Amino acid sequence: MITARVIPCLDVDRGRVVKGVNFVDLRDAGDPVELAARYDAEGADELVFLDITASSDDRETTIDMVSRTAEKVFIPFTVGGGVRSVEDARRLLRAGADKVGVNTAALERPELLSEIADEFGAQCVVIAIDARRVDDGPGDTNGDDGAGDETAGGHPANTGQRWQVFTRGGRVNTGVDAIEWAIRAQDLGAGEVLLTSMDRDGTKDGFDLELTSAVSSAVTIPVIASGGVGTPQHLVEGVTIGGATGVLAASVFHFGEFSVAEAKSALSEAGVAVRPNE
Amino acid sequence: MTPQNESVTSSVGVKVVDYGIGNLRSAQKAFEFIGSDVELTSDHASIASADALVLPGVGSFGPTMEALRRLGLDDSIRSFINSGRPFLGICVGMQVLYESSEESPGVDGLGLIPGVVTELTGPVRTPQMQWNTVQLRGERPDTVFDDLGAEPWLYFVHSYAAQVGEYTIASCEYGQKFSAAIRRENIVATQFHPEKSSRAGLRLLANFVASASR
Repeated sequence: MITARVIPCLDVDRGRVVKGVNFVDLRDAGDPVELAARYDAEGADELVFLDITASSDDRETTIDMVSRTAEKVFIPFTVGGGVRSVEDARRLLRAGADKVGVNTAALERPELLSEIADEFGAQCVVIAIDARRVDDGPGDTNGDDGAGDETAGGHPANTGQRWQVFTRGGRVNTGVDAIEWAIRAQDLGAGEVLLTSMDRDGTKDGFDLELTSAVSSAVTIPVIASGGVGTPQHLVEGVTIGGATGVLAASVFHFGEFSVAEAKSALSEAGVAVRPNE
Repeated sequence: MTPQNESVTSSVGVKVVDYGIGNLRSAQKAFEFIGSDVELTSDHASIASADALVLPGVGSFGPTMEALRRLGLDDSIRSFINSGRPFLGICVGMQVLYESSEESPGVDGLGLIPGVVTELTGPVRTPQMQWNTVQLRGERPDTVFDDLGAEPWLYFVHSYAAQVGEYTIASCEYGQKFSAAIRRENIVATQFHPEKSSRAGLRLLANFVASASR
């Protein structure tokens, strides 16, 4: 059967969880290993670590964190952030990561995706795409006026709306079309898309469902929706409307607004198959 | 989560075949977690002395077989299996037991299980990268599934799979039905990743190790 994955995301800086975590029963809420084990016990299907460590000198602490996580946590986890070479990927995978997320480096040098996939398999290459809506305007070179263009495909996103890929935490517009980039990344060897709406990130207004649907329809690899989750219903919509097979959230889980188990109950009640919590 | 069967598993020497590709560490760490005496090795003598042998797999069929042959590990694995001691293949470590795979035409597998591994087809995304249930086969399910319940949830990552056949002990459905686990005498192999399947997977690994102490 086709099942959905609920994926908590942890931001880590020099081996410590950042963006406060509010679990009263954790001895050390900044310890990614303890938090990861907690999410595993709660029934999380996978985990994503987003490494925001700025200095490459401090990257050793990330490798150490990955290694310690792999000793205690027996669900798959992805590590993204700062992966710029096959060697970076190798170190993370050898330390125990199951997948690596590649973002900026792949935009600068798309062949990196093929290189990692050839070496370790497509299943461990996640293309992380940070997308933002752009207005169709005079700069639109496709000759697409956006009006009345809702015929082909028939999916809800096919409305002429466009999204472009941003880097540097959503500050730099690469000018690359997000949907075209997802397709190209898949062709180059990515095994999964981690799709974040920069418009929705942090808003708690729910996923950008048009974006999620447009990318899910365009690729055949799994898509993880990210950015904007405020309620369990948002996760449901990411799957049932957006077509994602993985749904990612951070703060709602960290601050205990709802639990992984509650997320799964909501999905299950909506008819989405999920692994039940034991 | 507490280590299970520690008294049973610690006396069994588990060796995990290291052929240099991918994340082999996860399998080793999972056996450590359940209290096994485990070692990652590519040494022929070490493999020959194992009480139980594990061939983990991440990546694709061709490069895995090439690495095993280059290191002479294909012969070590065959000898070990011929000795009758418990062997566990995981994911690609299951697939290479077959004769060949559509993933890597022209590359011979170990040929210990008859059949060809084929690409997953149907109206589903590939790779299958998700948890899924498996359906246990036979009147008495295989002992590696002891205490896992009737339809355990396990984690899969793969684009190729073996058909259900005479050695299938559990099947799974993803666009099509395929072999989720097989047993042929002392060989047991899983398409899913027990080392990534949380408590259910750790339980299965403990069951496998327990079979080496009987």
